[in-house]
Amino acid sequence: MSDKPLPQTTDEHDSATGADDPRSPDGVPLAVARPARPGRWSPSLVWLIPLVAALIGGYLAVQAILARGPTITITFRSGEGLEAGKTRIKYKDVDIGEVTAVRISPDSKNIEATAQLSKEAERFLARDSRFWIVRPRIAGGSVSGLGTLLSGAYVGMDAGKSSEMSQHFTGLDVPPIITGDLPGRQFVLKASELGSLDIGAPVYFRRVPVGQVVAYQLDRNGRNVDITVFVNAPYDRFVTADSRFWHASGIDLSVSANGLKVNTQSLSAIMLGGVAFETPVAPDEGKQAGAGATFTLSNTREQAMQSPDHEVVPLQLKFQQSVRGLAVGAPVDFRGIVIGEVTAIGMEYDAPRKDFNMLVTIRIFPSRLISMSSNLDETRLHQLKLDKMVEHGMRAQLRSGSLLTGQLFVALDFFRDAKPARLGRSQGMDVLPTIPGDLEELQGVLQRIARKLDKVPFDSIGQELDATIKELHATLGTVQQLGNSLDGKVVPQTLQTLQQLQQTLDNANQALQSNSPLQQDVRKAAQEVSETARSFRALSDYLDRHPEALIRGKQESKP
Amino acid sequence: MPRYQVNSAASQGLWTCHGCGLLCRVGKTQADRASCCPRCGAGLHRRKPHSLQYAWAFLLAAIVCYIPANLMPIMLTEMLSGTQRDTIMSGVAYLWRNGSWPLALVVFIASVLVPLLKILSMLLLLLTVHWRSRWAPRQRTRLYRLLEVVGPWSMLDIYVVGLLVALVQLQSLATIKAGPGAVAFGAVVVLTMLSAMHFDPRLIWDVFEDDDERQASAAND
Repeated sequence: MSDKPLPQTTDEHDSATGADDPRSPDGVPLAVARPARPGRWSPSLVWLIPLVAALIGGYLAVQAILARGPTITITFRSGEGLEAGKTRIKYKDVDIGEVTAVRISPDSKNIEATAQLSKEAERFLARDSRFWIVRPRIAGGSVSGLGTLLSGAYVGMDAGKSSEMSQHFTGLDVPPIITGDLPGRQFVLKASELGSLDIGAPVYFRRVPVGQVVAYQLDRNGRNVDITVFVNAPYDRFVTADSRFWHASGIDLSVSANGLKVNTQSLSAIMLGGVAFETPVAPDEGKQAGAGATFTLSNTREQAMQSPDHEVVPLQLKFQQSVRGLAVGAPVDFRGIVIGEVTAIGMEYDAPRKDFNMLVTIRIFPSRLISMSSNLDETRLHQLKLDKMVEHGMRAQLRSGSLLTGQLFVALDFFRDAKPARLGRSQGMDVLPTIPGDLEELQGVLQRIARKLDKVPFDSIGQELDATIKELHATLGTVQQLGNSLDGKVVPQTLQTLQQLQQTLDNANQALQSNSPLQQDVRKAAQEVSETARSFRALSDYLDRHPEALIRGKQESKP
Repeated sequence: MPRYQVNSAASQGLWTCHGCGLLCRVGKTQADRASCCPRCGAGLHRRKPHSLQYAWAFLLAAIVCYIPANLMPIMLTEMLSGTQRDTIMSGVAYLWRNGSWPLALVVFIASVLVPLLKILSMLLLLLTVHWRSRWAPRQRTRLYRLLEVVGPWSMLDIYVVGLLVALVQLQSLATIKAGPGAVAFGAVVVLTMLSAMHFDPRLIWDVFEDDDERQASAAND
């Protein structure tokens, strides 16, 4: 490299700027010396940049680690809608995590979703926390999870209350109706059948929806359905130990003297079913029912509002007649008041009698007798011993409820003139003696009559009757002949006689008329008679006064 | 070892002004002292001042930022379906899975590989200068030139995100936001550029000049 061109170029520059510059020997301008600034230690400043970057990076890293919440696994039956890295986990619709992996469980029956939760979600991971997949659902008359149509499913969560923590959960198949923190109480209703109830069906109190059906399950021996209902907070105080629950699902249609009456809860209750409850005693008076209290679910309101049948007395009845028309559930009636029901109908062979007994099992609710006779308290009811009652003539009888349908019911009543009997005992149940029913008795009477009628010799009676009738017929012929002859001979003569009689009567009439000569003659004659009588009286008077005149004759009166 | 002609201006005591480009003679005795340009008055330096320090500082900052740039989301897409956070690698994976692997490759190279290679190259340059390595000086200068050329182009991602953020703002329906990763990523690009800018490629050759001087002094002795 040559130095030659350089001085020339710098020369030109220098001449343009200034001539007083010190120049080096080869024409290159000399740098101007200037005093070095003491203590200028610049390098430190630039290192601030990586330091700041490291600080920020470190802060972010620390924050990320600190914010890193727990990792949990949830087992679902189906992975529908779950997508790793996309499906969120929400608690009260607030994002608290994300599903990071979805895989099939080792036993290939379920889906295991691994989820990364945020830090603050840690305290929700109680053992009884619940997880479910939120999808669009139509249930209980409401549509839920519509938002997920667009956003895709997410995993809902309900925090549990247990103090024990867990990292592994089993997802629910259906979202829970009631979240754990909703104020209110749960009650269990024992029902004979589920009816049209479903999870989410409403619970009504005075037709106000106050809760929901949250679960149902058969009880252990399959006899009842345990329906769990949840009554929301301000209303749960209306549920007292005295409350009655009934199915509000159907339409209650009744025809009475007032006309047709349709009673329903609400349209949705008809469609979806529902439960209604009422508290006969004012709610403030009764003791509030504790959470989880058990009630009986009746079929109708009427049934529910009858006194609760705490005490149930099973009884057995043995009938010797047909029980056709008697059904399980038929009422047991005491003088028109239903005090029980038929629970089973069977039969047994009665060896000594060489016949079958119809075995009817009933149960009666003695408490109904108490509630209806208010002055009879429970202690006194116990004194009403059944065997005493039987001694007094208490009997069971089958009666016809309706002649049209032939439905029978069991009636209990006192029959004073019944044959004496005693309370029996069989299979751990009291056996109440029975007497035949009214209809049965009527039947017997009719039978007896029929039998007697049967003995009547209708044949000979008939024959005799026939002969008699024939004779009668002949007699009638004679009578007719007689009649005919009467007609021919007697009647004309009679007519003649009558005509003559008429004439006679006319004559008589004429004679009797006031202006008839006979009358005048008679009147004249009568006057004559009266005058005669008067002269007789004068004569008798004179004779009275002058009896001697009879002898001497009439004396001349002296003036 | 190849012999390079290193009869440089610096060895002759000639420095160029950084401000106006004037070539000045700095006396040997003045070499350690500060001097300024006789024409524009800017400070004169033999090499860029604190070149290595600045380059190191920026490079370290870039390395630090490279981690969040790749781990944190660079784009937040808020749609009705929820918020989606995309990191660079998740975008690449998404593109790859959906079959547009050429695009995935482009994004991967531009956004992951190039910044990484830039950082590694800078590391290489700085370390070799530190160790006064005599290894492949020409290739290293070429690498440096490449670094300077490529530098601004790796802002592609930031550019795309910026465009999307500006375009897709449907508020309730869909919103795209730049995530914290984008900031880190931008910082990486800027910091590597700054690092490259502060690096003085002449340092690569200084070691050979020293060799020459040593040889010359040895010859003189």
